[in-house]
Amino acid sequence: MKLRGKAHKFGADIDTDAIIPARYLNTSDPAELAKHCMEDADKEFMKKMTAGDIIVADKNFGCGSSREHAPIAIKAAGVSCVIAKSFARIFYRNAFNMGLPIFESVEAADDIFAGDEVEVDVDSGEIKNITKGKTYKAQPIPPFMQELINAGGLMQHVAKKQVRR
Amino acid sequence: MGMTITEKILAAHAGLERVEPGQLINAKVDIALGNDITAPIAIKEFKKAGATQVFDRDKVVLVPDHFTPNKDIQSAEQCKMLREFAQEQDLTHYYETGEMGVEHALLPEQGVVLPGDLVIGADSHTCTYGGLGAFATGVGSTDLAAAMITGEAWFKVPESMKFIFNGKLNKWVEGKDLILFTIGDIGVDGALYRAMEFCGETIENMGMAGRLTIANMAIEAGAKNGIIAPDKTTEEYVKTRAKRPYKFYQSDPDASYVSVREYDCTKIEPQIAFPHLPENTKGLSEAVTLNVKIDQAVIGSCTNGRLEDLRTAASVLKGHKVHKYVRLLVIPATQWIYRQAMKEGLFDIFLDAGAAISTPTCGPCLGGHMGILAKGERAIATTNRNFVGRMGHPESEVYLANPAITAASAVLGRIASPDELNLKKSI
Repeated sequence: MKLRGKAHKFGADIDTDAIIPARYLNTSDPAELAKHCMEDADKEFMKKMTAGDIIVADKNFGCGSSREHAPIAIKAAGVSCVIAKSFARIFYRNAFNMGLPIFESVEAADDIFAGDEVEVDVDSGEIKNITKGKTYKAQPIPPFMQELINAGGLMQHVAKKQVRR
Repeated sequence: MGMTITEKILAAHAGLERVEPGQLINAKVDIALGNDITAPIAIKEFKKAGATQVFDRDKVVLVPDHFTPNKDIQSAEQCKMLREFAQEQDLTHYYETGEMGVEHALLPEQGVVLPGDLVIGADSHTCTYGGLGAFATGVGSTDLAAAMITGEAWFKVPESMKFIFNGKLNKWVEGKDLILFTIGDIGVDGALYRAMEFCGETIENMGMAGRLTIANMAIEAGAKNGIIAPDKTTEEYVKTRAKRPYKFYQSDPDASYVSVREYDCTKIEPQIAFPHLPENTKGLSEAVTLNVKIDQAVIGSCTNGRLEDLRTAASVLKGHKVHKYVRLLVIPATQWIYRQAMKEGLFDIFLDAGAAISTPTCGPCLGGHMGILAKGERAIATTNRNFVGRMGHPESEVYLANPAITAASAVLGRIASPDELNLKKSI
């Protein structure tokens, strides 16, 4: 599967309070959460973005709170995937569990500029910067995480295991 | 090669002789925790998966503490979901307003989490229980949902980092300052995916409150868990609270660490984390020269809302008045702490000083309610995060400090040392 969209750049240590501020956590409705996606990092984000666009960030994306509302808001906002130098561990885990594709690549995070057209091959982890005509390689997804993705997320993985018992 | 305490607990819960860093394991959980923000998603996933019964009604814990007492209709709806699920599943550990506390203060206090346990919680500060010698880590709602069904969770065994603290603590320095200092040293992702093991004579001489504060903020360095080997102090704390067996694990002398850091506590002064990251720490002596005026001071949270914290704050506030244009909010973290503080006369000191005392809630720590900041306002808080907009308006600021510094700052209206109070130099 290939994902393609325009890049939106963010800096280092984007925390989950910036991704979805706690003042909106009195609901878990994806559409409601999406309205405020990235609000405290970039107030205009939702106005600027179109479905399929890609978030590109520096290190430690998604640090702070364990709120799964953060990857939910990003996914529901129509962001196709997130590329960062590194991810905070709970966010990393949540993203796989609920099916938001994320990729780690220092090179891509440095080289992709805001507005660049980017294409990501989910299976191979190849990231293409169409605007610049360059290609980067994301860190391979660990086999167990691949298994989660193939099952369709953690709950489906659990359901399959339950049946096997 | 020996194993660390983290590796031993993970191995024991995965039914393995030993585990190595990087290894993927499936492990049994002793406690799976959710709150009023994270549990609604978990409950929805639980039902969506067709599950009808939790794996063990004694091991699934629900604590509505973030937006409680319900701050608005939507929050009330979320809490209602927890209440109905708890009733339906007949959960042993469901804590209604009036019995509840901030989850990570409540569970150790009630003996729900114990040394040697493997605990997951859909709340990032679940790592607090490492202060008891448990492996405890924050997860998302989907992980919680899966664990509620299976009683298991998957883990990648983390590499361990060792932090050794030696020397006597300086005046006004406590667990909060040691962990802020450490985060300032290694950065907010300095322990990413790793276990932080805290040890040394300073930790051995520290009470449970300080240990829980240190483990609580391991997540602020990106860690998977923070852990302190249990000892006599731990035994004293848990023996009257535990209602089931528990186990003390220790790291082997030849256990392997990815790094070892040693700190001389005699050189550490009270620390203040400036906006907007917990790693932006400054020593108190520098911070006071910057004349940082404050509008609000908050003493509470899973980090510093324990009885010892309130005692410290009261000892600083006694005989002083909070600055005319500062709001001081004191939030005992649990109902037990609330009652004890009242019995000990701490409430009189707080009220005489002009502080407001709240029922237990996470409230302002995450900008939920009970103390939201306006645009341009500044708060000093004993809480754990100072991200953009964390306590309210995106253009407000949060400074993290220990209870003594927070109390002194409330009196003087600026970031200040308790030693300045006798000089009474207010702005």
